[in-house]
Amino acid sequence: MIRITDLHHRLGGAPVLNDIDLTIPHGGLTALIGPNGAGKSTLLSLIARLRPIQRGRISVGPHEIGKVADRDLARVLAVMPQSTEVSARLRLAELVGFGRYPWHRGRPGAEDRAQVDRALERFSLTDLRDRFLDEVSGGQKQRAFAAMAYAQDTDYLLLDEPLNNLDIAAARDLMRLMRGLADEDGKTVVVVLHDINYATAFADRLVVMKEGRIAAQGAPSEVVTDTLLAEVFGTTARVAEVEGRPLVIV
Amino acid sequence: MLRAGLALLAALACLSVFVGTIPLSPADLLGAEGWSLVVDSRLPRTFAAILAGAGLAITGQIMQLLARNRFVEPMTAGAGQSAALGILLCTLLVPAAPIWIKMAAAALAALAGSLILMALIRPLPPTQPLLVPLVALVYGGVIGAVVAFVAYQGDMMQFLGTWLTGELSGVLRGRYELLWIAAAASAATFLIADRLTLLTLGEDAARALGLNVGLVTAGAVMAVSVVTAMVVVTLGAIPFVGLVVPNLTARLAGDNLRRALPLTALAGALLVLAADIFSRWIRAPYEVPVATTVAAIGAVAFLALIRRGAARA
Repeated sequence: MIRITDLHHRLGGAPVLNDIDLTIPHGGLTALIGPNGAGKSTLLSLIARLRPIQRGRISVGPHEIGKVADRDLARVLAVMPQSTEVSARLRLAELVGFGRYPWHRGRPGAEDRAQVDRALERFSLTDLRDRFLDEVSGGQKQRAFAAMAYAQDTDYLLLDEPLNNLDIAAARDLMRLMRGLADEDGKTVVVVLHDINYATAFADRLVVMKEGRIAAQGAPSEVVTDTLLAEVFGTTARVAEVEGRPLVIV
Repeated sequence: MLRAGLALLAALACLSVFVGTIPLSPADLLGAEGWSLVVDSRLPRTFAAILAGAGLAITGQIMQLLARNRFVEPMTAGAGQSAALGILLCTLLVPAAPIWIKMAAAALAALAGSLILMALIRPLPPTQPLLVPLVALVYGGVIGAVVAFVAYQGDMMQFLGTWLTGELSGVLRGRYELLWIAAAASAATFLIADRLTLLTLGEDAARALGLNVGLVTAGAVMAVSVVTAMVVVTLGAIPFVGLVVPNLTARLAGDNLRRALPLTALAGALLVLAADIFSRWIRAPYEVPVATTVAAIGAVAFLALIRRGAARA
């Protein structure tokens, strides 16, 4: 369980997060959605202890962010890096192997190699393991970063806009894999998404943010309504119900 | 590839022992005179070329990784010039200082120079990859100008060449051993190769994996500074090795340092040793500074690399 209490955050003097109180239950897939600049990524990076907390508290399981050592938290919580920031020529297997670092601290053993093989298999990358990152497609690259986070073997997994620049096939693939991690492995997956329809299709819970506050939260069918789209996103789109879940007609 | 390279290095090392102003044949090794020539001059020179080449190539690769940019290397990006400034100031202020004091001054100056460079390029946008080498070149040029000014004021212009233009003709037994410190610093980077590679994911991602980013960066910058300073103190600046070699090995072996560093070290040693043999041979009995030869080879190689890179992209 991720518990956030009384969280405030300012960037360059401007408030980005205001009085956030939020509990993300253990297990399942939670999507953070909201318009640009709502503070989703800031919130995610605070949970991932990548920025210092200015005011408030965040705990991930029994660990209090800001107090727990980086290396201990790395065995509990994985953050999928932004693949666009990585220009290094790394082989896919090497990249996935980095996910094992918190466990072996530089000396990978047989168990680590087995985990890497499992991660490659699960994300259908076994045939590409010796390819360099700049030699595979955008979707394969993104899958490799997700496989790396999976290889980290943590209870919690955070992803910041993993579907950026992916085509529909790659995006659905990745979300299905994330769904699998929640359903089959019992992981708690928190993902920042831009496309509400992906969020309603794959998430158990939505957390909607607007101007640094939580605007709504709950199951997709309860949260996504015409009113929400108008009030939070400032657009008048109709929400239809298709196969039991809300679908925004864009 | 590594094995073939080592064989080539051994062959070049043998050649290096027998090429020079004083003719030497394998039979002369048995005589006292030939033997002392080899032990006092030719072997130290060969070692110096290998150690400097390997060290410069490794530090180039590490600097490129830290800057997250393939077009920088410490020797031209301020660390080399700072090291020269360190020795120069030390020589001016404490002329009687023993060599290890000068060495420490050079290393500290190189460290300061590298840290300032890192601070300068940090805010540059990654979308403009050419800004980093531009800033680095201007920065190196400014420090170089300060060095020239101080040397001019202190009437030390004639020494400046020995630090700014690397050459191996002065290498004798007893006068190159500082390079073993550079070798130790280079070898130490192998121990943190995995951690350094994690930094290619970006600072946030590296931290999320539990890496102590500050500590690893500090260790890497220190190794870079020590190697640069030792090479400048003993041989003088040798540019381009740290730029060309890592670019070449990244193409072949990728950026995983555990895999790439041995290859980088080998290729750097090969480049400088070959360039030095060439420098001795091209206008024998006179010599060309090895820095000049390396710069000529390096510039052509680099142009070819950029062209190939553009064709791929």
